[in-house]
Amino acid sequence: MEKHCTNSQVKGVSTGTTILAATFDGGVVIGSDSRASMGGEYVSSKTINKVIQVHDQIFCCMAGSLADAQAVTKAAKFHLSFHSVQMESPPLVISAASVLKELCYKNKDELQAGFITAGWDRKKGPQVYVVALGGMLMSQPVTIGGSGSTYIYGYVDAKYKPNMSRDECLQFATNALALAMGRDNVSGGVAHLVVITETGVEHVVVPGNKLPKFHDE
Amino acid sequence: MALSNVLETPAAGFNFDNAARNAALEGLFDGGQTPKPLKTGTTIAGVVFKDGVVLGADTRATSSEVVADKMCAKIHYIAPNIYCCGAGTAADTEKTTDLLSSNLTIFSLNSGRNPRVVMAVNILQDMLYRYHGQIGANLILGGVDCTGNHLYTVGPYGSVNKVPYLSMGSGDLAALGILEDGFKHDLELEKAKELVCAAIHAGIMSDLGSGNNIDICVITREGVDYIRPYQESEYKDNRKMKYKYRPGTTAVLTEKVVPLKLEVVQETVQQMDTA
Repeated sequence: MEKHCTNSQVKGVSTGTTILAATFDGGVVIGSDSRASMGGEYVSSKTINKVIQVHDQIFCCMAGSLADAQAVTKAAKFHLSFHSVQMESPPLVISAASVLKELCYKNKDELQAGFITAGWDRKKGPQVYVVALGGMLMSQPVTIGGSGSTYIYGYVDAKYKPNMSRDECLQFATNALALAMGRDNVSGGVAHLVVITETGVEHVVVPGNKLPKFHDE
Repeated sequence: MALSNVLETPAAGFNFDNAARNAALEGLFDGGQTPKPLKTGTTIAGVVFKDGVVLGADTRATSSEVVADKMCAKIHYIAPNIYCCGAGTAADTEKTTDLLSSNLTIFSLNSGRNPRVVMAVNILQDMLYRYHGQIGANLILGGVDCTGNHLYTVGPYGSVNKVPYLSMGSGDLAALGILEDGFKHDLELEKAKELVCAAIHAGIMSDLGSGNNIDICVITREGVDYIRPYQESEYKDNRKMKYKYRPGTTAVLTEKVVPLKLEVVQETVQQMDTA
């Protein structure tokens, strides 16, 4: 495996990714690409799942080192499950984000993982939180992350509107992912999207050949 | 918890005291070549087919440029329904799979349940992540349990991926080409065995670190068929292991006998006490 690992900042398999989450009227869409790479030049998986369910109506997307991100989400799943048993009610989205933040901040020297947490809870409805590499926690209505996000800041800033409908938001997220995957070499594969509303959770998978095409494709 | 001996960190298992010593020794080499551990330099592959999982591996173990073992077993037993192929550092894959197998056996005995593939994967992931890539084990885990046929890959840093087909090791790119071309969902047994065999063969042909024979392991609900070797290398040597020659092999041309004359110079007698 050594020949795959050149001078990459992330040791081992990196998610090298595009992740995003956006709130709409009544829910939230969270999505990612599905490529895992090593050393910036070898695609070790075309179909990796980066959208992890940490509780019934709370999902999180991972970016950075795959091993670190998987370990943190495993620990977070356990903590949240225990927390919800103790509280005898479903956890708040901010609790999920805080659990991730604690893990990332306390171990910031050893970990290389960032997350976007999105979900629905009874107190505040649909929410999106971002936990950055060093453990900063922020709440935003729309957020993008990963190496591919740099290519779509313009698109997101221009096209996002608060209180879109579910279909508009889904189209917006698909377009954003498609644009990022088109320009970033370490993002690609299929687009995994999850729509979370009060009533439940819906998975939408858009295969690579069904992604929206733009002017030069 | 009753099953905590499986989930807890085993105290004896791996000991990293030598890591500091090794770092100091490396300093002594002054940037020169440190001794390299034995690597498997391998091609391993796995495919999920209609009735189960097929795992395949070559049988060469290398130590730098020398083939250290021509008939090395890279498909390790984990549980009656779970086997694991290992690439990377030979000692690490051996010991890691051994530890996993012991833990799962204890779990089985304690709980009375057959282990699931996903449990083996979780234990491996936890262990390898704890060591942050120091354990050089790239593993392909395959097995059949009550939830279905599964194939997982675990990397040395602790990343896990569930896949329908896969190859790892230094010959992985060659093997992956064959798998990408030939894989279909729900293959029949014979086709699946041929596909894995072809994939390993491609790895053997294109990679210097892989070679010799091909082992195949088929896991289904009914049981396990561990075929070792499934296909022998056509480059076999016919060395006889005996190096004894019968008298008369070398012809005697002439014979000359010269008696040696000896004189007794001194004689001493020492009585042995046999009482």
